[in-house]
Amino acid sequence: MNLSYTEQQQAFRAEVRAWLAEHVPAEPLQSFDTAEGFQQHRDWEVTLNEGRWGMVTWPEALGGRGCDLIEWLIFEEEYYRARAPLRVNQNGIFLLGPTLMEYGTEEQKARFLPTMAEGRDIWAQGWSEPGAGSDMAAIRSSAHREGDKYVINGQKTWSTRAVWADWLFGMFRTDPESERHRGLTFILVPLKTPGITVRPIPQLDGLPGFAEIFFDNVEVDVSNRLGDEGAGWAVAMATAGFERGLMLRSPARFQETARRLVQLYRDNEASASQDPAIKEAVIRAWMDAESYCLSTYQTACRLSQGGKIGAESSTNKIFWSELDQNMHATAMSILGARAELLPHAPAAQGVGNWLDGWLFSQSGPIYAGTNEIQRNIIAERMLGMPR
Amino acid sequence: MDFTFSEDQLLFHDSVRSFLVNEITPERLRAGWDSDTGREPALWHQLAELGLTGMTVPEEHDGLGMTALDFVLLAQECGYVALAEPLVNHVLVGVPLLADIGGELAAHWLPRAVAGDARIVAALEQNLLAEDAHVADLLLLEQGGQWYALEQGQFALDYSQSIDPGRRLFTVTVNPGVTPVVSGERAAELRSASLNRGALGCAAQALGLAQRMVDLAVAYTADRKQFGKPIGSFQAVKHHLANVAVKLEYAKAPVHRAAYAVAQDAATATRHVAHAKLAACEAANLAAKHSIQVHGAMGYTWEVDLHIFMKKAWALANTWGDAGFHKQQVAQAILAEGAVLGAGATFQ
Repeated sequence: MNLSYTEQQQAFRAEVRAWLAEHVPAEPLQSFDTAEGFQQHRDWEVTLNEGRWGMVTWPEALGGRGCDLIEWLIFEEEYYRARAPLRVNQNGIFLLGPTLMEYGTEEQKARFLPTMAEGRDIWAQGWSEPGAGSDMAAIRSSAHREGDKYVINGQKTWSTRAVWADWLFGMFRTDPESERHRGLTFILVPLKTPGITVRPIPQLDGLPGFAEIFFDNVEVDVSNRLGDEGAGWAVAMATAGFERGLMLRSPARFQETARRLVQLYRDNEASASQDPAIKEAVIRAWMDAESYCLSTYQTACRLSQGGKIGAESSTNKIFWSELDQNMHATAMSILGARAELLPHAPAAQGVGNWLDGWLFSQSGPIYAGTNEIQRNIIAERMLGMPR
Repeated sequence: MDFTFSEDQLLFHDSVRSFLVNEITPERLRAGWDSDTGREPALWHQLAELGLTGMTVPEEHDGLGMTALDFVLLAQECGYVALAEPLVNHVLVGVPLLADIGGELAAHWLPRAVAGDARIVAALEQNLLAEDAHVADLLLLEQGGQWYALEQGQFALDYSQSIDPGRRLFTVTVNPGVTPVVSGERAAELRSASLNRGALGCAAQALGLAQRMVDLAVAYTADRKQFGKPIGSFQAVKHHLANVAVKLEYAKAPVHRAAYAVAQDAATATRHVAHAKLAACEAANLAAKHSIQVHGAMGYTWEVDLHIFMKKAWALANTWGDAGFHKQQVAQAILAEGAVLGAGATFQ
């Protein structure tokens, strides 16, 4: 065990820091759930990619830097420390990208990965349906094979950023006789295809952060299929695995929230210290964010020495989503009567963007597999409890 | 950056683990409760033969010259079996303290510690009571800001009974005329280093205790049937234990990091130990709470083994600094003016 960074890792950190200092926009971008903000974030992806910082773990041939997981963690630390914009294409680069590298043909990789890295194509997910949420195997939207086309009918919902995205990846039932997780196929669909209707759904903040998507005889080329026909479940599980795994929520994000929370407490100490539970929660926020970081480094080191990610990784999502919720709840308590105010309200001095974070933290225990489903997985696969 | 244990550390861990799991059975622990001292000299010699009692003794005194980092996984296993012998205190606190005191005292006792002929037990005033003072061949006692090095006969003991029948706790009265071996600023330094080491020992054992309670609960709920099914198949039961698994999983790395900081004598060791002890003892307390619940009335009995581990977990949470004390340590570190926090600060 040696918990110091190598000279090479320190040099890498310095390089990331210098580039971000020069390129991160001085003014925060607008929310990517607005048309203008979406475009700003898309432009930022282009800038990132020009600096070859779009996806550092990708191979160099694909515009990445071939970084290992420790370098990725360092990159993320610098990224959040610099308050760089959120990643509008995270569905693409963190979820679909690794899945394409594993399951895609060479032709598909060449076709989809560069435009994803360049921010030219933004990807949305198409998993959930009105009747298939936690029970994803209940998917009914169908893709009927006609020659070298699939004809898609049905409905997807809760599709994040689908309002302005270019492409959708999702699962469709190609075998009408099939049940549950058999007979599903993973298909990549251009959202501009005739027959597709995207209906925005306003989220808690009133902005259309997700959408429902209707498919009415939508024709998609068979070459857009990822993996074999009927093998969609395995491909989707790989994607969900990446999602639950290390990539989606790096520790840096929560450590920065914890740091800001400590600062908020110090700035409001006179009122906040009236409630002893607040101080306790601030201490806990720092500890839990630190635990998440330590645990992630430990896993990353083990993986880079050839270890395998095990069933214990299913604890990850519950930990960060509850941590995020708790930290924001504490910030709301500290802000007291100002907590409900929108940032531009005249009386909203010093509220920062805590309200936005608080709202978003409510979604953490729900998306990417509800925490109740995660607990079932932990109990059955990690602890070996009976089904 | 390498946050993993070495092959040697893992191999040693495996062999010690299988020894402890095979030897230290609940039946043996129960037999110990009714014995005079509650401790087994023969077992202590076996632990010495495994190389455990001399692990942290410096090589110049015939020991292995290892550190808290080499011992932390083993301390977890001591917790897993609820080992009653004062091994964690001896290896993690007593021996390093004696080595720090040095001189003839260390030269006399440390080789005996390696051979399994001397149990070196440390006791701090903060702990209220001295654990295992009755079997200490050398008791290193901190009292009134001074350290005493005491052999049996140089002190009187007043036994205070714990609800955990495996624990033996005493008030120590030093005989008149016995003089301290360290006082002043040096005594305070040794006190805070020892407190960190003792708290680390509790944290590591708490991880093992939590794991044991989860294992017992998983096994019990797979066996026990109600409504025609194993109760472990019900989500209400599963989710209790899944919550423990999450808490336990994220308490491990902080304990390993604290062991590293203690081994390196890092200036930040106190905050890392405080974090580790809070996280691990919370995991163990949650394991106790949910394990007894899923055991139903069986968990409330003397007969079922769960209480052996539950009571030890409860006790460890409040010794070598209770939760309030350690939260205060963390608060001082992170709420201080100029504290370096946030992304990238963890390993700086």
